[in-house]
Amino acid sequence: MYTSVLTDRRSFIKKMAMLSAMTAAATMFPGILFAEEQERGLPKSKGLDWKKAPCRFCGVGCGVLVGIENGKAVAVKGDPRSPVNKGLCCVKGYHSVIAIYGKDRLTKPLIKKNGKYVETSMKEALDLIASKMKETIKDHGKDAVSIYGSGQWTIPDGYVASKLFKGCIGTNNVEANARLCMASAVTGFMTSFGMDEPMGCYEDIDYADVFVLWGNNMAEMHPVLFSRLLDQRSKRNVKIIDLATRTTRTSKASDRSIIFEPQTDLAIANAICYEIIKNGWVNKSFVEKHCNFNKGLTNIGYGLEDKFKFKDKPQKISFDAYKKFLEDYTPEKVSKLSGVSVRDIKYMASYYGDPNKKIMSLWCMGINQHTRGTWMNNLVYNIHLLTGKISEPGNSPFSLTGQPSACGTVREVGTLTHKLPYGVVMNKKHREIAAKIWDVPVENISPKPTYHTVEMFRALDRGDIRFMWIQVTNPMVTMPKLKRYRDAAKKEGRFIVVSDIYPTPTTDIADVILPAAMWIEREGMYGNSERRTQYFEQMIEPPGEAMSDTWQLIEVAKRLGYEKQFYYKKETHIEEIYNEYTKFHKGKKHGMAPLEVLKKESGVIWPYVDGKSTQWRFNAKYDPATTKEGFDFYGKPDGKAIIWQRPYEPAAEEPDNEYPYWLNTGRVIEHWHSGSMTRRIPVLHKAMPFAYVELNPEDAKRMKIKTGDKVKLTTRRGNIVLPASVNERGIPAPMQVFVPFFDENFLINDITLDSFCPISKEPDYKKCAVKIEKV
Amino acid sequence: MSIKSYLAHPYQGKKNELIKALSSIKQCEVVPAKNKNLLILITDTKDNLEEDSIKEKIEAIESLKLLAMVSGFNT
Ligand code: SF4
Repeated sequence: MYTSVLTDRRSFIKKMAMLSAMTAAATMFPGILFAEEQERGLPKSKGLDWKKAPCRFCGVGCGVLVGIENGKAVAVKGDPRSPVNKGLCCVKGYHSVIAIYGKDRLTKPLIKKNGKYVETSMKEALDLIASKMKETIKDHGKDAVSIYGSGQWTIPDGYVASKLFKGCIGTNNVEANARLCMASAVTGFMTSFGMDEPMGCYEDIDYADVFVLWGNNMAEMHPVLFSRLLDQRSKRNVKIIDLATRTTRTSKASDRSIIFEPQTDLAIANAICYEIIKNGWVNKSFVEKHCNFNKGLTNIGYGLEDKFKFKDKPQKISFDAYKKFLEDYTPEKVSKLSGVSVRDIKYMASYYGDPNKKIMSLWCMGINQHTRGTWMNNLVYNIHLLTGKISEPGNSPFSLTGQPSACGTVREVGTLTHKLPYGVVMNKKHREIAAKIWDVPVENISPKPTYHTVEMFRALDRGDIRFMWIQVTNPMVTMPKLKRYRDAAKKEGRFIVVSDIYPTPTTDIADVILPAAMWIEREGMYGNSERRTQYFEQMIEPPGEAMSDTWQLIEVAKRLGYEKQFYYKKETHIEEIYNEYTKFHKGKKHGMAPLEVLKKESGVIWPYVDGKSTQWRFNAKYDPATTKEGFDFYGKPDGKAIIWQRPYEPAAEEPDNEYPYWLNTGRVIEHWHSGSMTRRIPVLHKAMPFAYVELNPEDAKRMKIKTGDKVKLTTRRGNIVLPASVNERGIPAPMQVFVPFFDENFLINDITLDSFCPISKEPDYKKCAVKIEKV
Repeated sequence: MSIKSYLAHPYQGKKNELIKALSSIKQCEVVPAKNKNLLILITDTKDNLEEDSIKEKIEAIESLKLLAMVSGFNT
């Protein structure tokens, strides 16, 4: 643990004591703020230089100011100029610089020799990676090499990865962990609107009267944004409705907590649409002018088998056919299936239907990590489209992201197998644009997507993929049905490179470990949930030989013979890359702000047109890209959004006699994803030291299980023993359990299921069947 | 020589009173939550005797509903 040279031990300890109390308070009171104190508690020194950056952690993308003192980052405070957080920070953001200085930072490249890691030079490690890539391509073809990145990749990291693999090597083996969290949001946007990312922005919160949170524990996962909701409630009479499968901090802070049976959100959304139509709440002129109705295939499977393929077949339908379809979703029928009362279904529908109420729907993993995740996204859009409550201040279906640059990098740069920075690999025109900007022959870019994330790891297991480079992510904690993929990575004839800042279960499977520069140890940009691109400069030196992921990739690209395409100079490469990248997005629909503007502002929302951000897309009042009066959903050729007929279908694996409980997994406020950074922040680690299994108090009583007792969880994939948590942070509904995944000592993903949404290929971490026994 | 942090819960409507009362004690530092009925209290005392007498003083404050210790450090 570092200490600032300018703060003595006593005042440092005082600060730690205060931070512990703030952490405890944050876990007890969702959205609690200590704004002034966040400033007062900081070391005061004339030597402190405050520099702006987006927070390293979640997709809210708070603007922070990092205090630098004698070449060290010593403090963080919320940036009062940032429109995202207006000077606030949550416990993770506030402690973020401590994560830089963990004792076991990786500072030297390591190569595995005879089963042992030996230190080497960066040059030797990069030479070895390049030669292994060449050898693998020669022996097994270019589709045998792959890269697996992250929504924590900066924009330049993802851009050079895509250019190297897709443009130069010629394989579409580029994926990122955002496939595990955001892919359903993308396919939802693409199928409903033909364009990715939310139409609105965070400012919607200041105008909405009602907030419906669909399976979204915002108090823990998007704490600063949730505090903005609570702030509105203290100023205006807004309502917060928490629709979830488990009682959480969010439920407790909401005006109404509605609990539903897992997977039945599909039916609930349809029931709301049924009520809207039945009660005459449809905004007829909006629907007539701006919407089409489609249906797709049904019984679409769960992707459980290797090489699973699915392609939807959209078919136009009439409003009457859609109305008829909804007859299966009366509140009475859906109440029986979902466990939600008829009254509560009608209650939610009445808010959506009330023309005088502005309404925001917010969601994240509950809807996205779902075997029908694309459908769920479509269904929420249906509600907003039927009522015309979309693309205007306060009326906003808002898909939240988990990671700091899931949007900026994975979705906008396009680091997924089928994507290019502009468009998709399947489209000839899009390939031509990419080839021109990348300065590669167009034939280099393959028109065929290869493997999405789960299938990429399956290909590694089968031997179709032989080389994998993993950057800024920890798949050996986060992949579902983990054991299969851990064994796969250890097989003979596989070569794994891992770039990270700390040892993790993923570096354990590596043949080469590259020490990475973290966050403000390098220059870069992130893009958050509201289309806001935020720049940060390099503020401190990385330790030892640690190098940015961007520069690691450039060094290897040069060694592979792509000097012409990777012409960037060390001192200016981030600027050169950003300028090259933004050529893909020129124009009114996705124009990005120039770098000099990003350097000045606390982030800029795209489309950036004539020096102005577009806060609400598709609405002629706000969006200069529209070509029609009113609304123009220009992602679709006819400018019309699509209302999809999507039925309820059961989950891939549901409880039965042998495995009678639902297993749900997720995150906690103290820890960032797999915990590799936050578990090295003593205050956060102390506040949440290990994983546990939450049980419903009645179930626990019946089984005579108390908090702290050991409980064995068994699924068809294996078993794990965890300490019980009863009546503590979250309370699962009867016959359900919840386990957080941050703890590498309790790998809950060893027993989860790798089923996924056939359209988005995003796994469902929220539902599988499990047996519970007291040990 | 110890530093301790607490969550101090005031009675409804008594938050300002509690801030005032705690702030008047030299060894106490108070951090009020902006949007909740809660304060963070940090005590910095030189020995056990002082700590006990401060604790007694704090617990006698009328606007204080509940005091819950979060962490303690010896310097
Ligand atoms: S809410 Fe997210 S972005 Fe904001 S400070 Fe917390 S972790 Fe960082």
